[in-house]
Amino acid sequence: MSGLLRELLAAIAAGKIKVIDLTHTLTPSFPQLGLPPEMGQALPYRSEEISRYDSRGPAWYWNNFTLCEHTGTHFDAPIHWVSGRELPNNSVDTVPPEQMIAPACVVDCTEDAERDADFLLTRERLEQWEAEHDRIPAGAWVLMRTGWARRADDPVAFQNYDEIGQHTPGPDVGCVRFLVDERDVLGFGTETIGTDSGQAQRLNPPYPCHYYMHGAGKYGLQCLNNLDQLPPVGAILFTAPLKLEEGSGSPLRVLALSPARRHSVP
Amino acid sequence: MRAKPPLKNPILRTRQPLTPPMPRSRAALGFTARAAEGLFALQRCENCGHVQYPPADSCRACLSEALLWTPMSGRGELLAHTTLRHSNDPFYRERLPWRLGLLRLEEGPVAVAHLHRDCPPPPAAVRVTAKLDKAGQGVLVALPEDELGDMSADPRHGEFSCGPEHRKVLVTDGKSQVGQALVRELAAAGAAVIWAGLAEPWKRYAGQDAIGKLPQVTVIPLDLTDERGIKRIGAELGGRVDILINNAEVHRTQGIAGSGGAEQARREMEVNYLGLLRLAQAFGPAMRARGADGGASATAWINVLSVYALSNYPPQGTYSASKAAALSLSQCLRAEMQDAGIRVVNVFPGPIDEEWNQPLPPPKLAPERLARDIVEALRDGIEDLFPGEVAKEWLERWKDNPKVLERELALESRAA
Repeated sequence: MSGLLRELLAAIAAGKIKVIDLTHTLTPSFPQLGLPPEMGQALPYRSEEISRYDSRGPAWYWNNFTLCEHTGTHFDAPIHWVSGRELPNNSVDTVPPEQMIAPACVVDCTEDAERDADFLLTRERLEQWEAEHDRIPAGAWVLMRTGWARRADDPVAFQNYDEIGQHTPGPDVGCVRFLVDERDVLGFGTETIGTDSGQAQRLNPPYPCHYYMHGAGKYGLQCLNNLDQLPPVGAILFTAPLKLEEGSGSPLRVLALSPARRHSVP
Repeated sequence: MRAKPPLKNPILRTRQPLTPPMPRSRAALGFTARAAEGLFALQRCENCGHVQYPPADSCRACLSEALLWTPMSGRGELLAHTTLRHSNDPFYRERLPWRLGLLRLEEGPVAVAHLHRDCPPPPAAVRVTAKLDKAGQGVLVALPEDELGDMSADPRHGEFSCGPEHRKVLVTDGKSQVGQALVRELAAAGAAVIWAGLAEPWKRYAGQDAIGKLPQVTVIPLDLTDERGIKRIGAELGGRVDILINNAEVHRTQGIAGSGGAEQARREMEVNYLGLLRLAQAFGPAMRARGADGGASATAWINVLSVYALSNYPPQGTYSASKAAALSLSQCLRAEMQDAGIRVVNVFPGPIDEEWNQPLPPPKLAPERLARDIVEALRDGIEDLFPGEVAKEWLERWKDNPKVLERELALESRAA
């Protein structure tokens, strides 16, 4: 084993590098994307027993499960959106494996989202963030931290619907254009059920994050958990989707490597 | 109203459910089949006009085999009565004393019938009805001519009825318009406890909050596609539910060409067919065990199907197929529930006046009317309910000739 990898393992073993699970547990009550009911629908996670040490299989327990490519903590590939349909390597089975390991910039919008569920992240906000931290590097994930994951145990609060639809935070058009055109990021990740805001069908174009990110071959991550455990810069994400032929997305286990926080000297 | 049953002594053994004698001839099952729809009909000979009871393969007067099932007026005269104080049949043994009478129907036949407590001694005019007994078999029940007071006050009446009074009822979808109407109707009818199932709680429906505020109602998470969730609810409530009304459904309006793949149809099957299977596995065994649990026993299971279960309605072709599958499974459920004396009721509404039938012109069945008819069906103890005129008309056409109905529906869809 190379010295570098050995060093990494030693750092993990010593707790100098933390492994953080950014994934929600898939449960039947975890809500799925909502569309008008006359349209095709995403299936929620369901699990049915094959056997449980019983007459159906005397010494073993296992289940069959079903879910949509976009249920639970999941990855969006460019082919998911019409704007990315013609791109090469646009489905989950063709994502280059090197891109499954990438740095993450975490933009904390928790207070904004608490104040306003329809909060939209802007270019100006990102520029402020850059002034405070560093320029967002090409090929990095930009993760929008909103505290939304805390609502995951309450599907009603997580979905946050009223008579005019869903109210969840997301990026505005200028923010997405900036990340795609001027920063060449790897993709955009959120704690909510979509990379776009709950009211994004009323933006121009509708669902700008899906439209521009996937149109430029970028990826999406949704329903992320534990973003509050990541530093603004310095963490690395492991995002390997299932290798589904022509898959538009995939549930996945998102892991982060993050330097352990330095304890302040007393 | 059915009297409130006394509280049960929990250290006493729960009795195993028993049924009255079940075997019947094929001819006699013709009587049961009509009683199952709430009809009282007997065979009338087309040759000599003789009306006979019990049913047989040929006319007892002239041996003709041309027998036509004919509705009876229900008017009769009580000729003699007796009270049974001994029986070798286990079912009747534990229900003694039991009142029986000999009566003459207006149409001629003389028959033995179960007598309601309030029937006056003979000679007296009585109202004769065809009911299903605990075995699900057709029997004659005589009631006083003038209904004075409450028929259901006779404790024996409960053997022929599944009324929701003082009972604990689960409605699998309390959110839809039909579900909300059912919950309101059951509450008005005196159900003691109503559990209203709620799937996808983040999707709000008009009127949903009012249902949850009724004092009898507890809203519970229930999604018929979720095996684990159903097992959990079945474990919690299975031993308490007296009446289960399965009205949860996915209803989409498409045929084969319009459905573009199998996903929509799969969701219909997941809820309408497999959902019933999951429910039956989670709740069936505990309900069967409580088929004779004193005055508060498990008594009925209702499946809200569709008249499209009988014959495919092409504009709603995949929905029809899922309801046909559910009907078939419901027949299996009925056979498995029979020994426990639990009535499985299939409801076959025509188009209901709800969202997915929005483009259809009237007549459409109002959800409130459907709910009333279901509660009435429970009280009457019938097992096949065709609520509303459209459903009754379809049934007649289907009975007349299923093949002709199939062709007619294909033509009607072309016109639509």
